[in-house]
Amino acid sequence: MTRWVWEGLKSGIRTTRYPAREEQTPGVSPGRPAARSGEEARRNAAAGVCPTDAIRASANGSVVDHRHCIHCFRCVRSDSSAVDWQAGFEWAGETEPERMARRLGRLFRRSLNIRFVDAGACGACMGEVRQIDNPYYNIHRLGFFLTPTPRNADILLVAGPVTRAMRHALRETYEAMPPPKRVVAMGVCALSGGIFGPSAAAGGGVSDVVPVDVMIPGCPPPPLAILHGLLVAVERKPPQPLTSLAEGSAP
Amino acid sequence: MDETSNTALNGPTAFAELCRETWQESVRVEREGITERLHCARDRLAALCEWLVTACEHVFVTLIVEEEGAEWRLTYVFHPPTGGIFAEVVLRFPVSEKHVPSIASTIPAADGHEREAADLFGLIFDGHPRLGAFILHDGWPAHALPMRRGFDIARPLSRRRTGDPAEPSRGLDAPGAFAMPIGPVFSDLAEAAHFRIETLGEDASRIALRFFYKYRAVEKLAEGQPVSRVQLLAERFSGAAAFAHGLAFCQAIEEIAHVTIPPRASVLRAILAELERMRSHAATITGICNSTALAVATSQAAMIEEDLLRLSAVLSGHRYFFGMLKPGGLALDIPDPACREAATRADAIARRLSRLSRLLRQSSSFLDRLEEVGATSDAAALLLGLVGPVARASAVARDIRILFPYAAYAETPPEVPTEPQGDGYARLRVFFREAEESARLIARLAADIPPGPVFLPEVSPRAGTAVGAVEAPLGAAFHFVRLDAGGRVLRYRITTPSFANWPGFQFAAEEFAFQDFPIILATFGLSNAECDR
Repeated sequence: MTRWVWEGLKSGIRTTRYPAREEQTPGVSPGRPAARSGEEARRNAAAGVCPTDAIRASANGSVVDHRHCIHCFRCVRSDSSAVDWQAGFEWAGETEPERMARRLGRLFRRSLNIRFVDAGACGACMGEVRQIDNPYYNIHRLGFFLTPTPRNADILLVAGPVTRAMRHALRETYEAMPPPKRVVAMGVCALSGGIFGPSAAAGGGVSDVVPVDVMIPGCPPPPLAILHGLLVAVERKPPQPLTSLAEGSAP
Repeated sequence: MDETSNTALNGPTAFAELCRETWQESVRVEREGITERLHCARDRLAALCEWLVTACEHVFVTLIVEEEGAEWRLTYVFHPPTGGIFAEVVLRFPVSEKHVPSIASTIPAADGHEREAADLFGLIFDGHPRLGAFILHDGWPAHALPMRRGFDIARPLSRRRTGDPAEPSRGLDAPGAFAMPIGPVFSDLAEAAHFRIETLGEDASRIALRFFYKYRAVEKLAEGQPVSRVQLLAERFSGAAAFAHGLAFCQAIEEIAHVTIPPRASVLRAILAELERMRSHAATITGICNSTALAVATSQAAMIEEDLLRLSAVLSGHRYFFGMLKPGGLALDIPDPACREAATRADAIARRLSRLSRLLRQSSSFLDRLEEVGATSDAAALLLGLVGPVARASAVARDIRILFPYAAYAETPPEVPTEPQGDGYARLRVFFREAEESARLIARLAADIPPGPVFLPEVSPRAGTAVGAVEAPLGAAFHFVRLDAGGRVLRYRITTPSFANWPGFQFAAEEFAFQDFPIILATFGLSNAECDR
């Protein structure tokens, strides 16, 4: 056993400094499209390269609805792009920013228990959420913990479009949590149904079943985006808009 | 699939001759590409399938049900143990009839496929002991058969819950016996699935699996859609093996369109597929270490997985290779220096894996939890139709990269490691050895990447069918596609390694100690997203 202790110590500290500092290691995030202004961008957006209609035309350029972007890269790899590709991972936004009463409060800022529910997520969201517990991201340093029981949970973290068979389990899990409780939906499937829903087999996202407070876009959201979403849920980071508008557009 | 392997098969093959000799007039043999099609009547089906697997030693692959106008078309796909060709038994009968003889009693690998077809199409497999409540167990209306032509998947069904899910029958009848339900919401970060363990206290005597909580009807969503749309589904229904499944779909489309992708694309596809295999195996190894509560090893393996995810993103823009593939090649070229740099990094990661493997081998408390735990004999693995690393840990040396070479594997074949014991430790060793072999393959492939384009500008799909076969990280994956003349998907059938291997887990975990359950589960490394579709 001492060999393992030595092996662990030898690895040193590998943990990201985020949120105290920026994290820019290549490969931590795929980035995402951002709206571009100008007549050309507006025309290209109207031509409809985006298979999920996440990119649309606006008065002075394009607009990107991140709740629908599934990272297919077809917009940036086509000849007539309507968007810019933007690095970063601080993507999480609030569903109803004005709903102050729904905040968890100061007590939860550094002690937060999270119950994760897979409501039909593909392996990618599963893989990314598993990473938040590893040494690179280490959610424990932020006072965040995964809990196997909803009775101890403050946050319900949900991935997947909510399949028909998971509706009931998701609702029961939510109802088993004591108040105050908040719901964080991660991944485009959980925000809008993605490419799977709404249909007879899958829903149009988590908000069909339980009220959602924080949305983390991405397909899948990388571990740092999930961290950002959790930090937004406890007001340690400001939320970001869920749509990207061309400069000069009215929101 | 591969043009060179076809040439030897022109004219009547020995197999076709043998088939005619044995079955005379009752079976009509027809050839198309690398597929021998055997048409037979319903009363001959069971005998013909049994003959294929016993006398000809064929491997059952999948059952494809299609509703074509007023007719059912059932295709039972097999391949010889040496691969190269497919043998399909085709059965047609009027849509008004529902009864088909079950072949599951002689071919247990077909069990799940028949149960699936019963749920989704309403077919009745005569002689099958347990049809129903397999995929649709959560109170679907009885009339809603989601794969039937008339069913509109876009229209949400009534959300009213019609009672609790059907309980599986009890198998253990003894004083003090009890059933422990686990899932669908359980553990810290587990996929949605339900296990019901029946026990007398120490051993998990009987395990009932209830899956398909994640059924998203991917195959139905594909129907009527253009190829470019279905490509998105193929990549996203099982994100952990996105590249493998996207590739299988692309290969099917390319075969239907009769195109050969540029050599550069073949090599780059193999490099990315191997990188995905390494990452998937690293994730499985993380899961195994985690299941035995070996914290440092879990951390080391998880960091390896994250490093591979970052490497994937640096190469392709996306950590899971979403958007990299398109029929005809790749959506993005990767420059040679970047590939060589990736090979160097993959090699360094493989050395870290070797070191981790060595340390684990020296941890007796860890080995105690894996050795002779969850053993699956080679006979059981063959009978249940297990695939991939799990089968190779039971001495079944099958690998689609060898049996049906694709991408650049004909020129650069992998070494396929096997282990004889079939226990948890054998599976762990196979995962390690395959990940290390993937790094070696990447180095060999990256050393000599042919120049040229990475995609064909024009791939025009036409009417036809094809099966795209790949060795996904968890085993053999077969994507059957039927296109109409306009290039739209008429039928899409995904046969995944996780679907094939779950019965293996059940077999391995029954009659073992209760506390070994999560460990055996981890050594199979299966994915519900991939199984449920």
